[in-house]
Amino acid sequence: MRVLIAEDHALLRDGLIRLLEAHDFEVVEAVDNGPRLVPALVEHRPDVAVVDVRLPPTFTDEGLKAAIEARSQVPGLPILVLSQYVEQLYARELLTGGGGGVGYLLKDRVSNVAEFLDAVRRVAAGGTAMDPDVIGQLLARNTRDEPIGRLTPRESEVLGLMAEGRSNAAIAGALFVTEKAVSKHTNNIFAKLDLPPSEDDNRRVIAVLTYLSSR
Amino acid sequence: MTTVATTEAPPMRYPKLAQPWIALFLAILAELGIALFVLSVVSVPLIAVWVGIPLLLVVVPAARWFANCHRTMLAGFLGERIPRPYKKPPMPGMLMRLRTILTDPQTWRDIIWLLVNAVLGFTLCLLSAVLFLATLFYLVYPLLVGVTPEGVFTEPFGGLLTVNFWTSFLLMPVALIAFLIWQAAGERLLKANAFLARSLLGPTESAKLAMRVRELAESRAETVDTQAAELRRIERDLHDGAQARLAALSMNLGMAEEMVARDPAQAAALLTEARESASTALSELRDLVRGIHPPVLADRGLDGAVRALAMSCPFKVDVTYDVPGRPPAPVESAAYFAVAECLANAVKYSAATTAWIQITHEDEKLHMIVGDDGIGGAVIRPGGGLYGIERRLAAFDGTLTVVSPSAGPTTVIMELPCESSSLKTTPSSGTA
Repeated sequence: MRVLIAEDHALLRDGLIRLLEAHDFEVVEAVDNGPRLVPALVEHRPDVAVVDVRLPPTFTDEGLKAAIEARSQVPGLPILVLSQYVEQLYARELLTGGGGGVGYLLKDRVSNVAEFLDAVRRVAAGGTAMDPDVIGQLLARNTRDEPIGRLTPRESEVLGLMAEGRSNAAIAGALFVTEKAVSKHTNNIFAKLDLPPSEDDNRRVIAVLTYLSSR
Repeated sequence: MTTVATTEAPPMRYPKLAQPWIALFLAILAELGIALFVLSVVSVPLIAVWVGIPLLLVVVPAARWFANCHRTMLAGFLGERIPRPYKKPPMPGMLMRLRTILTDPQTWRDIIWLLVNAVLGFTLCLLSAVLFLATLFYLVYPLLVGVTPEGVFTEPFGGLLTVNFWTSFLLMPVALIAFLIWQAAGERLLKANAFLARSLLGPTESAKLAMRVRELAESRAETVDTQAAELRRIERDLHDGAQARLAALSMNLGMAEEMVARDPAQAAALLTEARESASTALSELRDLVRGIHPPVLADRGLDGAVRALAMSCPFKVDVTYDVPGRPPAPVESAAYFAVAECLANAVKYSAATTAWIQITHEDEKLHMIVGDDGIGGAVIRPGGGLYGIERRLAAFDGTLTVVSPSAGPTTVIMELPCESSSLKTTPSSGTA
């Protein structure tokens, strides 16, 4: 799998390269600044890009802007954004481009190698990988008048894990229930959020994304 | 101390019918003031023969008390406070007090006022009172002519004309004319007197500046204290939090390194522990950074940061933001933390279901309004959150006003001086 990395800290960049190459990813390029990022993404069209939010020259949200820009030029270009902190505002901006293939994780998550690699693969496959912190903030909202308020605590839990981008099997594992129970919960969630059954597998992504971007 | 004008006094506090009596009272006081004037003027040359010193120490406080009474009374007519611009003696002691009194320009302005008040102020007040009294007089004039012996009230204009009981009725329209004039000018005459007094009793430009300097020095001292306390807090947080965790982490790693060959299972457990303490250290550092300067504020400025704040709020928050360019970083940061604190208060105490934030730039000021539809009852009390914001804004010469009746809603209005020239246009994010 071909990966592009954008990270300005040499130590972290080398670490990421080493980590990914050790797990059979091919790192096509590693850029260390914002202006270089969009052309590199468009040129290499990697299977997935791992991008730091804060990049030179402005050291603000350069990486995030580049990700959004690149995705508008190459729709669906899978990008996993890493950041020292998570901000709902940024999650929403990334997701409003529509479609899957996006991720937004705290840098700390890299330390859990298996989970991080799982997230990278999920994004590469067109799925999502949202940081539990973002989802947690989202679900903690006082949602009296909104459809999400009608969910049972268990259903919110399932939606939370679903929003992070996990499969039914992974959710079942995390909650110690059967996969069948999870799919029952997800169907209830779709019903309560007014998402009619369809062949579109992205319904689970949409369930969260519509809620996120409706705010 | 910074004073925050929260409520403006109504223009006139007295009922209209009380005015003539107040005017009469002021006119009498003005003439009593003459006594103080004479005593003050006499006591100064008498300092040479020592008698003047005790005399002055009695007369000047009396004159000040007299002037202060007027400041309070006349403030009612002006609808604004007249400050008391006296110098305070820098050291205790009789001679120091005397020196301060003699060198305080306000002492002399008070004395001049006593004289001016006795002449001009007296005239103005008396005129105002007489107009009303003339109304009363001419209303009962025929009665007066009827009940008094011939020759007492029969020559109303100094012998210009003579009236008897019947013709005296013809003079009743004079009552009407006097009443109309009083109606139109009575209050103005009193206000003119008040303005006159303010120009002499109020602070001069230099006194105003001195007061301002004192105010600024106080707020600066407070800012320095707050900053120092903040630095101490950061130092403590780093020392007890992240630093300690990193030390433990490095210890665990060392142990794991030493153990990896002998007992791989134990080493793996230690590594997991090390990873967990690294994550905790990171999240503590993250919180600390957010408290110093929120990253989103650095990235997106006040607009984005306030919107992000609104988004992470448990209820719906409408944000209106209309400021051209970006305010200077310290102003931006102060504004952000002020809005954040107000919103946090709303979340904690108000039981609100919606809130709104409005930030605009007008008259060289950043206006910030945070409102919610909650239960109200928010007050500024020392040590409280709102007090903290007030102090924080005061460092920038900003103000905070809270309108929060006990049944709600709550509105917090904040102003921060911010000149248009200091608003920077956001640098374009490159051509990428």
